[in-house]
Amino acid sequence: MASETTQPGFWARVQRASVERLHIRLESLVVLLALSTAMALLSPYFLSLSNFLNILLATSTIGVLAIAATFVIGSGGLDLSLGSVMGLAGVAGAFVAVNLGWPSVFAVVACILAGGIAGHINGQLVTRAFVPAFIVTLGMLGLARGLALVISQGRAIYGLPPEIVYIGQGRPFGIPMPVIILVLTAIVAHAVLAYTRFGRHTLALGDSEGAARAAGIRVEHHRRIIYTLSGALAGLAGLLFTARVNAGDPTAGINYELTAITAAIIGGTNLFGGRASILGTMIGALIMGVLQNGLTLLAVQSYYQQMAIGAVLILAVFIDQYQVRKESRV
Amino acid sequence: MTLLSLRGIRKSFGAVDVLHGVDLSVAAGEVVGLVGDNGAGKSTLMKTITGIYRADTGSIEFDGKDILALDPGQRRQLGIEMIYQDLSLAKQQDVASNIFLGREPTKRLFGLFPGFVDKSEMDRQAARMIERLGAHLPSINRSVGSFSGGQQQTVAIARALTFNPKLVIMDEPTAALAVREVQSVLDLIRRLRSEGIAVILISHRLNDVLSVTDRIVVLRHGRADADLVTAKTNMNEVVSRIVGGGDIAAAAAHEQRG
Repeated sequence: MASETTQPGFWARVQRASVERLHIRLESLVVLLALSTAMALLSPYFLSLSNFLNILLATSTIGVLAIAATFVIGSGGLDLSLGSVMGLAGVAGAFVAVNLGWPSVFAVVACILAGGIAGHINGQLVTRAFVPAFIVTLGMLGLARGLALVISQGRAIYGLPPEIVYIGQGRPFGIPMPVIILVLTAIVAHAVLAYTRFGRHTLALGDSEGAARAAGIRVEHHRRIIYTLSGALAGLAGLLFTARVNAGDPTAGINYELTAITAAIIGGTNLFGGRASILGTMIGALIMGVLQNGLTLLAVQSYYQQMAIGAVLILAVFIDQYQVRKESRV
Repeated sequence: MTLLSLRGIRKSFGAVDVLHGVDLSVAAGEVVGLVGDNGAGKSTLMKTITGIYRADTGSIEFDGKDILALDPGQRRQLGIEMIYQDLSLAKQQDVASNIFLGREPTKRLFGLFPGFVDKSEMDRQAARMIERLGAHLPSINRSVGSFSGGQQQTVAIARALTFNPKLVIMDEPTAALAVREVQSVLDLIRRLRSEGIAVILISHRLNDVLSVTDRIVVLRHGRADADLVTAKTNMNEVVSRIVGGGDIAAAAAHEQRG
């Protein structure tokens, strides 16, 4: 009774303001700061500009995938094929540049087009064949990975032209190109998701498909666009990765969907749709980046890192669902 | 003046025929009650009017235009709004987002990039609409899911009225409401009529239907079985047309008590 009349506490008000104005969950920022502080205390190498850029560079690929995951999950869908499509796109780009010897522009287009086509197929199957997104994208996970191996005959494609390599390794103003591309992509994606009709309809769709349909939103059409967009972003991630390692590796991106989806969920995306923010997802991606970087600096075997990511995903969803239940009990 | 006219509407889902040729007309500013037993096809009929379902055969004219081929968004633009029984709200979005869903006003960002949603304009208009309805909400910026049932219904009603509709369809608007809230919904319907807005009211609460409508159409087995002028009918007749014979006296007596 009393709680109805009293003003919410300072912390609660800051929380609400951050969610409403910036679309960020404050908890994720706290986790990022705590994690960074812990790593800085544990490792003398953590706090340095070069390591900071390292983290950002390592986060760039995952970051782009996490943006894709944010749109799809925010719309009430799911894309498990992100990592495989990323691998396929990288191989497609390398194939066009090396085996076909076409100009680099075509290789860039091939990456994004390959991803976009794979994503569009996902969207068509989800909206027209009524196969659940979980199954469609799980199938695409296998299909895209297999196709990448077929195209590359199971071997990495080396010898990319310098323009492509620059996309992955160039450092204008000392900042790695993939980081610049990630930041630009995130800014555009944030503007689209938070401030355009497309973005608002995406979240409304994930919130209540019935409400979106009743409001005259072309639900199926919208879903197809989102899956296509997701695939194209995976294609961009594939380009960044291929350019950075200077090879079209058919095994690139294995398990990356796990990290990308985890980043999106940590950032406050509701697993069942309706709530999502790119800023939040970027914080989530940074948390994953700091975690991986820190564990590497601490010489923890990469096998354990994989376990840590899996555990963080489950924990993040648990905390989110716990809060949702707490709020709905008012 | 006829605003809405349905002729021979048929709709089936697979092997199940739901509507077998329904005729229905509604005049501008008229309040029509649509009653019938569960499974009579009321909701299906309404969804063929809003465009969620497409009629298999038959014609639908609204404001003199054939609207059969239009999708729900286009029909809303012509002035057909529906308040769904489940309210069809996006529960995690705030009040303005729900009211303007699908029709968000846009502006240019920095005077350059078009297509950005004008949220402050949305909030302003939403607040004005809520105020016009005489309702009180805790905050217009909170997610709709945190509101009470009555408050959520206010949002659904505001959404239906913001864009100056010509026809508002209400599916069981009073089923989940407290007594005082029921009266305010009935008052609202009377106000809409006085403003020349037509209303189709679907309700099981025949007292409400009898007190607020001009006409009552009884849907039975997928047909418009009876078309009664409210002033010239009574509970007994309406009930008997709904159940279509049988132990009418007992059913009517039961309704009268309820």
